[in-house]
Amino acid sequence: MAKVHLKVYRGNSEGGELRDYDVEVDEGMVVLDAVHRLQATQASDLACRWNCKAGKCGSCSAEVNGKPRLMCMTRLNEFEEGQSITITPMKTFPLMKDLATDVSYNYEVNKKIPPFTPKDGAKWQWEQRDVDRSQEFRKCIECFLCQNTCHVLREHNMQGQFAGPRFFARIASLEMHPIDALDRTGLLKDQLGLGLCNITKCCTEVCPEDIHITDNAIIPLKERVVDKYYDPLRILWNRVFGS
Amino acid sequence: MSDSYQSFEYDVLVIGAGGAGLRAAIEASAAGCKTGLVCKSLLGKAHTVMAEGGIAAALGTLDSRDSWRQHFCDTLIGGNFANHWRMAQIHAQQAPDRVRELEKWGAVFDRTSDGKGNINVRHFGGHTYKRLAHVGDRTGLELIRTLQDKGVHSGIEVHMECTIFSLLKDGDRIAGAYGYFRETGRPVLFKAKSVILSTGGIGKLYRVNSNSWECTGDGFALAYLAGAELADMEYVQFHPTGMVWPPSVRGLLITEGVRGEGGVLKNNKGERFMFKYIPPKYQGKYADTEAEANAWFQNVVVEGQKEETVKERKPPELMSRDVTSRAIWTEIKEGRGTEHSGIYLDIASRRTPEDIKRKLPSMYHQFKQLADVDITKVPMEIAPTCHYMMGGIKVDPETQMSTVPGLFAAGECSAGMHGSNRLGGNSLSDLVVFGKLAGEHAAAFAKAHSTPKVDESSLIQMEKEMNRPFENQGGEVSYSLLADLQTVMERGAGMYREEALLDQGLKDLTALRDRLKKVSAEGNRLFNPGWHVALDLRNMLIVGEAITRAARERKESRGGHTRTDCPGYSKDFAKKRIVVRQNNGSMEVVQEDLPQIPLELENELIQEHLLKPEIMKQLRGEAPMVS
Repeated sequence: MAKVHLKVYRGNSEGGELRDYDVEVDEGMVVLDAVHRLQATQASDLACRWNCKAGKCGSCSAEVNGKPRLMCMTRLNEFEEGQSITITPMKTFPLMKDLATDVSYNYEVNKKIPPFTPKDGAKWQWEQRDVDRSQEFRKCIECFLCQNTCHVLREHNMQGQFAGPRFFARIASLEMHPIDALDRTGLLKDQLGLGLCNITKCCTEVCPEDIHITDNAIIPLKERVVDKYYDPLRILWNRVFGS
Repeated sequence: MSDSYQSFEYDVLVIGAGGAGLRAAIEASAAGCKTGLVCKSLLGKAHTVMAEGGIAAALGTLDSRDSWRQHFCDTLIGGNFANHWRMAQIHAQQAPDRVRELEKWGAVFDRTSDGKGNINVRHFGGHTYKRLAHVGDRTGLELIRTLQDKGVHSGIEVHMECTIFSLLKDGDRIAGAYGYFRETGRPVLFKAKSVILSTGGIGKLYRVNSNSWECTGDGFALAYLAGAELADMEYVQFHPTGMVWPPSVRGLLITEGVRGEGGVLKNNKGERFMFKYIPPKYQGKYADTEAEANAWFQNVVVEGQKEETVKERKPPELMSRDVTSRAIWTEIKEGRGTEHSGIYLDIASRRTPEDIKRKLPSMYHQFKQLADVDITKVPMEIAPTCHYMMGGIKVDPETQMSTVPGLFAAGECSAGMHGSNRLGGNSLSDLVVFGKLAGEHAAAFAKAHSTPKVDESSLIQMEKEMNRPFENQGGEVSYSLLADLQTVMERGAGMYREEALLDQGLKDLTALRDRLKKVSAEGNRLFNPGWHVALDLRNMLIVGEAITRAARERKESRGGHTRTDCPGYSKDFAKKRIVVRQNNGSMEVVQEDLPQIPLELENELIQEHLLKPEIMKQLRGEAPMVS
């Protein structure tokens, strides 16, 4: 049994600090296992969200040595022997306690997105290639690491004007569904702040499901917004012939 | 203080937001009822999210021979005839509609490659035909996300990260629930005319399990304490393929889909041992030589030929979970296991790396990320893991109401649908079929009844009980008690049971109950996991006792319940159900008659060759098993 040195954030919205802990660990453990050991042996009231411990539920999002990660998918042997492991909560969301943050913003944004609405008389038979694009975005486990990382939310605090990468991916899955009848382009342009994304691709980098958020969701959606609202030929046509 | 609790009032309250809870809440709200939904974790993160294989329904999209009647019989045979026949029938009949409804709500299933573009279905253990609709290996995620996105626009009020501590009654009928918000520790009262329990399973009671943190059997305990009856508590399913190495991933599930896509089981000698373990109920239905199994694999899985056109039968790796678990356990016990006491599951030598990554992406990812194992190159090491609870709250098969008026149950926490052993894929369909029915009937109950009265003075006592860990000074931390409980259950009521071990288990559980009274929680009520575990332990101890007592009562071996001192099926128990309930403050166990499939229907199914009289005689203990 080896020992690992953890620096874990303890505190709430009023303040807190990093506390040092030494925890005994076994071969093959992940950061979440170390946190559980810590809870069981030294800090039983350490607030930490988790559920499946298998990278499927997206509950255990945190920042490990500054990088947004799922704690259950971060192996301890990724770190050097003797290296300290710092675990802090997701910075972008209001802190509840220790490692648990208030992620309700995401649930609020979701309510603004008109849900799947099938076209009247549509066929319910599709080829696999018709649904591949939509399915990529539906792999999302709502870990909110992309939301946490995107500078528009993280640094510029534009909650309320910017839906965030997760929801651009959700809208892409709806817009690219073979028989969805709605057009959410206006919503993207006006309320959901798609234009605020400047394609720095940090969201894609942190996604644990390897969803190509920027290239496959955001850029195609931006192209649709531009096509509909900013194409000079189209604008001229609409003016002459009515939209 | 009692005036610091929040209070909400609903027509229907749903406790648990997995597939069954969400489906029930959507239905109750659609029926016009003011609906509240409470969940311990964040919305969309319930254990349903982990289901991988698929959702079973006789859609017939790839095999026109399939029908609800075949699905119904497969479920009964898989359950070894311990199922409540009517629940299994309703399930088989209604599953196809529920799956198509999911699609209408935005679910995107994988499509068939026969040019028709229908919902693709795959093979799974115990199902005669391909009938599991799926999305890669993330069907559970698809299901819960679809229901979540539908639910969010259905007028349901959701209370996340809220744990229910007790149900409330007005005389004999349900009146609501009392609990606390995990973030603040603040108590909350939910008044309701009807309550649906959809709280999932009990996996956390066992050391090696595939379940999420929240699976602590809350619904079972809440119902029991409210006076409802539990049934089939002895039937715990140990899924054959859980990870074994490294220790941190021990118990994590490897979907049956790996075997559905051609994966084979081998012992440390490299033998495909499943051929030795084909039981009478499956003889004739599975290939009995490697050559035949390989030919089937080549024709059906690799080349995509239609099964009805090939002459070979399916490989024995695709038999039901109870058979497969026991076979694996026997091989390990007899010394033919791997260095980490497992068995090899090999798909690397059967499919191309591209095919493996495409059909089983999250398996590939899970092994690579967590165990540093590339499943396209080497075999996986696996062993049985506690996975599912067939038993639970006894419900009326049509309405899903428990023995307490106004209290309903759906999903894993209800009993009867799966009998003594659940087939893969049947859980996801169970959730939506019975979630919908529970929602429908809970709504009807709420509409037909007046608002019950809640005795708010009783809440003072409940709050005191909830706070007790903080009052106890210098006691042990709850986590060590949890670890000990898991060891006790593994030993006393694990995969292999016998009377002496069960009796010892009961004694150990009593000792744990005494220890629980003195457990202390440090810190304060704000998001305090140590305190939460102390409260969950009350439920886990009740469930542990119920499982152990029921296992002791059933003196035969059937499905997930194996008695080494009572092998084989017994005529004395084949038509009985073990019921557990509270009587004068202590746990009582009784045997009841299990409703039997009507003779007329049974004869029809025999005429159609869907049921074999000789097999049924053996399962009913009326004829010895011929192995």
